[in-house]
Amino acid sequence: MTAAVWAVAAAAGWLYLAAAAGRSWPAGRTVSWLAGLGCAVAGLTGPLAAAHTDLHAHMAAHLLLGMVAPLLLALARPVTLLLRALPVGSARRVSRVLRTAPVRVLTDPLVATAVNAAGLWLLYGTGLLGTMLRSAPVHLLVSVHVLLTGWLATAAVLSLEPTPHRRGVGTRAAALAAGMAAHDVLAKTLYAHPPAGVTGAEAGAQLMYDGGTVVHLAVAGLLWRQWYRSRASVRAAALA
Amino acid sequence: MSAPTDAPAGRRRVLLSGLLLGLGAAGAIDEIVFHQLLHWHHFYDRASGAAGLVSDGLLHAGTWSATVAGLALLADVRRRRGFAPATWWGAVLLGAGAFQVWDGVVHHKVLRLHQVRYGVDLTGYDLLWTGAGVAVLLAGVLLLLRGRRT
Repeated sequence: MTAAVWAVAAAAGWLYLAAAAGRSWPAGRTVSWLAGLGCAVAGLTGPLAAAHTDLHAHMAAHLLLGMVAPLLLALARPVTLLLRALPVGSARRVSRVLRTAPVRVLTDPLVATAVNAAGLWLLYGTGLLGTMLRSAPVHLLVSVHVLLTGWLATAAVLSLEPTPHRRGVGTRAAALAAGMAAHDVLAKTLYAHPPAGVTGAEAGAQLMYDGGTVVHLAVAGLLWRQWYRSRASVRAAALA
Repeated sequence: MSAPTDAPAGRRRVLLSGLLLGLGAAGAIDEIVFHQLLHWHHFYDRASGAAGLVSDGLLHAGTWSATVAGLALLADVRRRRGFAPATWWGAVLLGAGAFQVWDGVVHHKVLRLHQVRYGVDLTGYDLLWTGAGVAVLLAGVLLLLRGRRT
């Protein structure tokens, strides 16, 4: 319930800012934002989240929450919208926050990917999963953490927003591959050593592995398409 | 005008694209043919232990990432009209052969993570597996040498 209220607020805020940004703001990004919020709500409150000890349903929810929703939210480019829609003074304050050391470190693709992977290993490698399945507040806290760190990692790898120091495509592709490897090894480990007190562990681990591959490949494709396009503009500038 | 400075960089990119795609394709073929179609390999081997889990995960992520990167580089090379077929195919075969030999020698025999097939005498399978890798690798080297002369 709470999740739905937050999502409606996030959708309303977005529509307000998009209206302020004017006609130049692409509608596709708004669609992406709303779809991302929808996936997050489905992962947080739907029948998937209610099936407590079934790891298969749990993984479906986490795939939506930690991978699909983050990708859609990152593609929507919320920071860009904020900078474009806010009055100059407030926009300057936002970009000053973006330049502070903690934000710069956290949004580095290598750091963001490591934070995301470490969170997943903590959740599934320790007793935290059991605690989460039994307690509603812990469940919510962990779910929000999964959403936010997944978003952070995806946004850092794709680097679609204005950032002071953007890493090169090679570093970002390597960060993505490392995150994918950590995800794959964790999925196979869950298959080999299912956590205590859950059912459907093998199907859940397979879903985590296969679903993770699909989303990771989509992110890699977007990352390299971005590089391919940027090469075109570099060459056009060199020829001009 | 820019041709002399551009050519070596273009050739390097053709090489890199081929190597990445070769590595990626060998990994993907291994996964699709031997895991999904023949079921000689499994999602998880009880025998392989922690090292097998880690190496499988790394290989899966590495080969698929290499495939996507290799395709992007190939698209860029073709756009620049810098595509050199002999060099590219040579690099593809070199990458694929190197993967196969590495898999056959290091994974199967040195680390003994998993085997080509279970419940049969392995000698023939191992010879074919690694031998095929060596043959593909050598074919790649030959093609690369020919590509350099032209």
